[in-house]
Amino acid sequence: MFANFDFDVIRRALPYLFFEGMRFTLTLTALSAFGGLVFGTLIALMRLSGYRLLGRIAGLYVDFMRSLPLVLVIFWFYFLVPYIGQWLTGASRPIQVGAYASSLITFIMFEAAYFSEIMRAGIQSISRGQPAAAQALGLTYSQTMRYVVLPQAFRNMLPVLLTQTIVLFQDTSLVYVVSIPDFLGAASIVAQRDGRLVEMYLFAALVYFVICSCASFAVRQLQSRIAVMR
Amino acid sequence: MNYHWNWHIFLEPDPTGAGTYLDMLLSGLLVTIETSLLAWVIALISGSIVGVMRTLPSKTASWIGFAYVEFFRNLPLLVQLFLWFFVLPELLPRAAGLWLKQLPHAPFWTAAIGVGLFMSARVAEQLRAGIGSLPRGQRMAATALGLTTVQTYAYVLLPMAFRIILPPLTSEFLNTIKNTAVAITIGLLELTGEARSMQEFSFQVFEAFTGATVMYLLVNAVVVTFMRFVERAVAIPGYITGK
Repeated sequence: MFANFDFDVIRRALPYLFFEGMRFTLTLTALSAFGGLVFGTLIALMRLSGYRLLGRIAGLYVDFMRSLPLVLVIFWFYFLVPYIGQWLTGASRPIQVGAYASSLITFIMFEAAYFSEIMRAGIQSISRGQPAAAQALGLTYSQTMRYVVLPQAFRNMLPVLLTQTIVLFQDTSLVYVVSIPDFLGAASIVAQRDGRLVEMYLFAALVYFVICSCASFAVRQLQSRIAVMR
Repeated sequence: MNYHWNWHIFLEPDPTGAGTYLDMLLSGLLVTIETSLLAWVIALISGSIVGVMRTLPSKTASWIGFAYVEFFRNLPLLVQLFLWFFVLPELLPRAAGLWLKQLPHAPFWTAAIGVGLFMSARVAEQLRAGIGSLPRGQRMAATALGLTTVQTYAYVLLPMAFRIILPPLTSEFLNTIKNTAVAITIGLLELTGEARSMQEFSFQVFEAFTGATVMYLLVNAVVVTFMRFVERAVAIPGYITGK
């Protein structure tokens, strides 16, 4: 079964796989998680703002994004972003957007929908006395949110947010469909160049498995620690 | 935007000449529905078995269930599909590998089984949570009545657990439909794949993706409406969702 397994192919590809591929995957994951969290929190605040129109717009956005496959959304943004850029800058034709920027925008917009649902649940889990007390102390709406509600919501939802980030880490492999060399893309380029699909894909699977298992183990640890503290 | 819109493109003949571009998208929609239904059956069956195993008193059974869930949850779906599609035939004995490679509709079977197994880990987790949410007394009462383990699950725990986890199962089914789009990478011409090839042949990028988007939204709406109806029909009396 592993008789003609060529470990040397993997060894030779290691620098490319990690310094190019994995670096892209991790950067994309981190930036999208951060951007998604910021936009997601804004969307959640819009939904809970009490303004009917704002809430509806935010709700429609979330429902819309959540009913489409990520692959389709990646294609959408891949072709749409140059036109949006043209519209924003007033250029005479669609601007050139690198694969990097396009995929980053895609993931931020897509993940914002998912993060917003988590943050909404987090905000709703705060007891009503908290914002009431903040108001009684004379804090404005934005102060109430910034100093009282959001820190607690974020803290309560931290394990869920991190789990969603692990899912995001796995989902970044889908940039494969627009030929961006992320970790899996890099593995697949080497695999096809050297005709070593079995070695490269098994190695990629192993790396993903180790990273995700460790990360989800850490999240579980964190969860039990938080649970004890309450 | 100086994009040249042409909504009539859907009614123009596609490059194969067999029908219009709309027919192309519709055939993709059909493949998406077929793949997700088969995947969902696989996910429900294996997910239920694994979910039950995780709640059994036996240490071994629950450990096997744990390992199963971890394996399928900690690998990206795309990697799993590549493993089944490219790697598995090479690792099998020669004859079996050759047979697998020559199988007609290989992308369809790989996608259905791959997505099914991927989703089964999620179904298993939902079912475990559902069984875990039942009061301890239910299992004890069943034991006190002299029911065997199999009977306890079949008559007491599972009928309750499945009805409790119906709403999360609905969203897992919606995820199954969405996840079949990943199979575009192994050459399955499902809805996203057909939209992509329509875009390549006709150069009408946004019309093609709008068409696919509308179809996904419709499928979503149909499933949600249907499941609301089912949820109401099987609601447990005495629970918040029940009468």
